[in-house]
This record gives sequence, C-alpha cells and structure tokens, in this order.
Amino acid sequence: MSTVDSNAPLLRVEDLSVEYLTGRSVPADGAGSAPVRAVDEVSLSVAPGEFVGVVGESGCGKSTLLFAIARLLSPPAAIAGGAVHFHGQNLVTMTEKQLNVLRWRDYSVVMQSAMNALNPVTTIGAQFADAIAAHARYSAAQTRARGVEVLELVGIDPIHLHSYPHQLSGGMRQRAMIAMALLFTPDLVIMDEPTSALDVVAQRSLMVQIKELQRRLGFAVIFVTHDMSLVSHFSDQLLVMYAGRVVEAGPTRAVFDTPAHPYSRGLLDAFPSIRGPRVPLTGIPGAPPDLRRPLAGCRFSPRCPQVKGRCHDHEPELYPVGPAQARCLMHAPAHADAWATPEPAGTVAP
Amino acid sequence: MTEPLLETRALTKHFKVGGTFSGKMLHAVDGADLVLGRREIVALVGESGSGKSTIARLLAGVYRPTSGEIRYQGRPVTAMRSRRERLAYRGEVPMVFQDPFSSLNPAYRVSHGILRGLKLHRRDLDATSRRAETERVVEAVGLTPAGEILDRYPHELSGGQRQRIGFAQALAYRPTLILADEPVSMLDVSIRIGLLNMMAALRTDEGVSFLYITHDIASARYVSDRLLVMYAGHIVESGRTEDVLARPKHPYTQLLLSAVPDPRAPLVVDADSDRGEPPRVINPTPGCRFRWRCPVAVDECATITPLLRPLGPEHAAACHVAAADVPTTAREDAT
Repeated sequence: MSTVDSNAPLLRVEDLSVEYLTGRSVPADGAGSAPVRAVDEVSLSVAPGEFVGVVGESGCGKSTLLFAIARLLSPPAAIAGGAVHFHGQNLVTMTEKQLNVLRWRDYSVVMQSAMNALNPVTTIGAQFADAIAAHARYSAAQTRARGVEVLELVGIDPIHLHSYPHQLSGGMRQRAMIAMALLFTPDLVIMDEPTSALDVVAQRSLMVQIKELQRRLGFAVIFVTHDMSLVSHFSDQLLVMYAGRVVEAGPTRAVFDTPAHPYSRGLLDAFPSIRGPRVPLTGIPGAPPDLRRPLAGCRFSPRCPQVKGRCHDHEPELYPVGPAQARCLMHAPAHADAWATPEPAGTVAP
Repeated sequence: MTEPLLETRALTKHFKVGGTFSGKMLHAVDGADLVLGRREIVALVGESGSGKSTIARLLAGVYRPTSGEIRYQGRPVTAMRSRRERLAYRGEVPMVFQDPFSSLNPAYRVSHGILRGLKLHRRDLDATSRRAETERVVEAVGLTPAGEILDRYPHELSGGQRQRIGFAQALAYRPTLILADEPVSMLDVSIRIGLLNMMAALRTDEGVSFLYITHDIASARYVSDRLLVMYAGHIVESGRTEDVLARPKHPYTQLLLSAVPDPRAPLVVDADSDRGEPPRVINPTPGCRFRWRCPVAVDECATITPLLRPLGPEHAAACHVAAADVPTTAREDAT
C-alpha cells in the first residue's frame, strides 16, 4: 500500500464515461445504432475512510459507474473516456494482469444479490479459499484462520465456514459477502445495493454493521442504492445521478436538508414518512428518459416541476450551491434570474 | 357494523418440507383472523417469510387452507362448489402480482390479458363492449391514450405502466377486493407514490377494497386505513393505522418502526443487538415466535402462544407483556 499523504483522495474519478454498443435491436424510429452513453462524464473523489453514497433510479447509470470504476465492465459496455485514479495509478489504462494485483487486496466489490453471487454448490469456506488462492499465497491453516476472522468480524459463527449458501438466511448471506470482500482488508469496498433484498430490520442492522466495520478497519465505501433514505444517516458525501449524469453532489446532510436540484427534491418528497402528519405526495411524474434518444438541454426537463423554456435548449453544468453542486440552470449565475420571480411552480406536462 | 366483505377464521396453512418422511411442517400461516370491510384499504406488513403472501394466495384460492375458514360476503368460500361460483369469486377477488416484468405475457399485446379476463369473467359482453371496457379500465388506472397503450407490447412499457396494466386486468373483472401483493416494491421510488395514489383513487371511484401487502411500513401508513402486522405466520398486531403507528403495542411492531430509515428524523442510535434471527416456523413449539428477538420476553412467552387480544378501541396485539399492560419501551406513552 502506497499512501502518499493523508489528504490526497484515495480514489479520484475524472470525467468517466461508459458507452453500450447497440447492435441491430434499435428502435425503428430512427434512433440509429449510435452507442448509448450510460455514464456521462462523472467525476467523484473518495477520501480514505470516507462513505460515499450514490443514489438514483434504475437505469440512471449508478451500477454501470461502479462496474466501470472496478474495471468489471464486459461488452457491449466499455469505458469511452475519463480516468480512475486509485493510489495514484490510472485503473482505466491498466491491463488485467496489473489489475489482478490490486483486486480484492486493495479494492473489493460486494454484489447486489448474495443469492446469485455466492456459489450454491460449494461451502462458504471453500469460496473464501478460492478468493485467497487467487490473490495470495496462504497455507491451508492461514486460509482457515483468516476465514474464521472475517466471519467473526461480521458477526457470523465461524461454524458456517462449512455451510452452504442456502443454509444461511438472506441477511447472513449478505454479511458473508461482506466478510469475503474484507479478506484482505482493502482500502476501498464498492457496494452495489447490498441491502436491497433484505427487509427493513435486517437492512438496518447491516447498515449499522457496515458503518461499525468501517470505523474499525478504516476502509472507504462507495455505496450504490436506489433508496435515498437508507444512506441518509450513514454516508458522508452523496451523489445523485439521473440519466447517466451527476445532478447533485455534496455533503449528505446538505443534500437532505436543502436539496438544490428539483430531482433530488422530488426523490425526497417521494418517500412517505412514518412520523408527522399524513400529507398527499405526488412523486415525480413521468419516467426516466430513454438514453437511446438523448435529449437536448436538461435531461430532467420533461419531468421537472420548475421547468422554464430555456431548460430545453441549454445544457446545465454542475454549479456550486452552498457546500454542494447541482446541475440545474436555476443555480447558474447567468440564468438564475428566471427563477427569482415568485411565480408559482407550474405543473408539469406528462 | 355491516357485514364484512371478507373475513377469515383461524386460517392456517402448513407446508410439508424436506423429504417425504421428514415429518417437517412449515407453519406459514397459523390461526389468522382478519376482517376486510367494503371500500377499505388494509395493509398487511411483515418481513419476508412472515406468511403475508401466503395469506394473499389463500384468499385468492391459489392454496387450499390446511384448516380454518374464509367467508366472502358471509358465505364460506369452501361452500362454493360449482365452477360458476368459484369463477365469480375469483373475478371479484383478483390478485395483482409483485413483479410487473414477469406477470405480463411478453408475446402478446397488453390488451390480450385484459380481453381474456373479460371473456372468462364477464360473458355478457360482446366484442365491441369488451374493447370499450378494456379502454375504460386502462384509463381508470391512469394510462392515456388508452387505445394506443393497449396495442403495445409489455416491453414497450415502463415498470410503472406495466404494473398499472396489472391493476387494469384486475379491475376489468368488476372486483370488490383486490389482493395487491407487494405491488410497488419492484418499482422505482419516484413512481411508487403514483401507484399508491392510484389505489386510493380506485377505492374512491370504483369502490374497491384492497389488501395491500408490503414490507414498507411507511407506504402502508400512506395508503391504508387499517394495519395488520405479521410475524412468523401469526398476526401479531392489528388496528387503525394511525393508532398502531402512534402506540405500537407489540415489541415486533416497535422494532419494525424503529428500523424504518427516516431522513427527516435524527438517527436513533440504540444498542441494536438485533441480529435478525429468522423465526422458527418448522414444527414450532408453543410459545411466542418472537421471543428469541424480544427485549421484554418473560417466562410465559416460552410456553404459551399469545393470542390477539384487544388492548384498545379496534386495536389488538398478541403479546403477554403488552396485555399485562406493562409499558414495553420508553417509546410507549404514559397513558
């Protein structure tokens, strides 16, 4: 591990873009066979020990972004531009052989569905041993000892090294996946919706546990989820993605307390609360855009309750809003006056 | 109170698990008593494996109960012997499934499923009125223009639109009660509310009752009049939604409520000793099935299965400790 100085980010993603090559199965209405840009110039940085949440709806590119960072994309998806600096090296230009040195030891990935990610026909211990054998030279006794250690870390009885995945409950399987990711105590753990298959009680105890492990072992986390409220108390930084782009980024508390982008505000208002008065909610009308037919201007404009005419032909950038940044013309110095008039926000066309 | 639309008495469903001679029985639902009124939305909440989907399938007639009774409009469902009667019941109490991506046939246009249902359940309609009725139900679930939507294939619709088609199919049978099994859990957060609002509108406009099955207690609160909480095959608490949420009596309900992430409230940092131990429902012994996770369990809990007992107006819980009127947590009001 080559730590340069403690202030340097552990991971710096710069203008990362991912494209899916589309074949013949294209819509007949002339959308063409141009590559579909699922992740469009996303930048983010993760400090050592930081917890970064990435939220968005299905199809917003959040999982593709994770896979691109971990260099796990497979065709037809490919990185179309940008860089991923990790420990001062650019992962994007590395060969598989070079990556294998870093994988699992320096960064690891926890997949979404433990049910599918664990091999159903071998024991948990055998799967740990596989991972260890692929990335290090441990004796059988060392392998076993490490397996016992990581299972104890996540609060599973080490007796389960001999268990098969079906013998564990959903929450235990998910914790076993996390134990597996921690085999080499990496600096970065990338998690793709690890709690989405769990019920609220198990979900919460897993979140508390991830946070506690992080405090103890000091690894950084990138946590992808579609459930914004889930990370509200756990992440330091929050990225909100929409249609392949980051629409808002900033300290988690700031994004929750004063969401700057209408989409983030809409997402927050889409959750009914279990406390306080029962208020009618509207959610966000419409559906996410079809990335095969890129929109001019702001990609959220068809669903935006605060849309103005100029949104349809000006592509917004990320503008600073307090401690955060938001991709909305409302916050662009040159356009902000259009929203300054206290005109009520118009309702949106479907 | 007028006659309930549907009620169950000691509804029980056991499944055989393991080999033929294992003798293991999984108690999916045990002694469930529930009442559904007209024009009422009742939410059934619980974790995965608690038996809530089994209840829906029992009510829909997919499973036969091991014991107990389902009465629809005062008549036991088991007494409906003729095909015509059973068909009528299934049309009036249809089910909407969780996964809108696998519950529509991808090979047919979306009109196909609705038209088929109409042919089966509403024999009186001719082809023209079937088409008109199809358009009516599609508009009722908020999809316009109906004519155009009906000619599309499922893959041309978004998840939310597909789930609305699921509701349109159910609505076409002129139902009195729709069994909605996790209808929004596969959908994106931003469009879930739209579907819940649609359910509330269908209750008002079409007079349909709903059994809304979910693990998301916040959405249950948003849409339901009454709440039933299930744990390990037992209904452990029931009451008016606001009462149950404001004054949860059962320790499981309290645990469930404390686990709901709420960005508007500060994080309650508790000891969180809960490891999510799965309940034992295979050949269970008497006693409360929550006792291994329960912070307030007493000796009695290990020997006597608590029954659902009224603890307030329309509010009942199956807990020895709550019944003894001992405040179960600090959250409990002093009243």
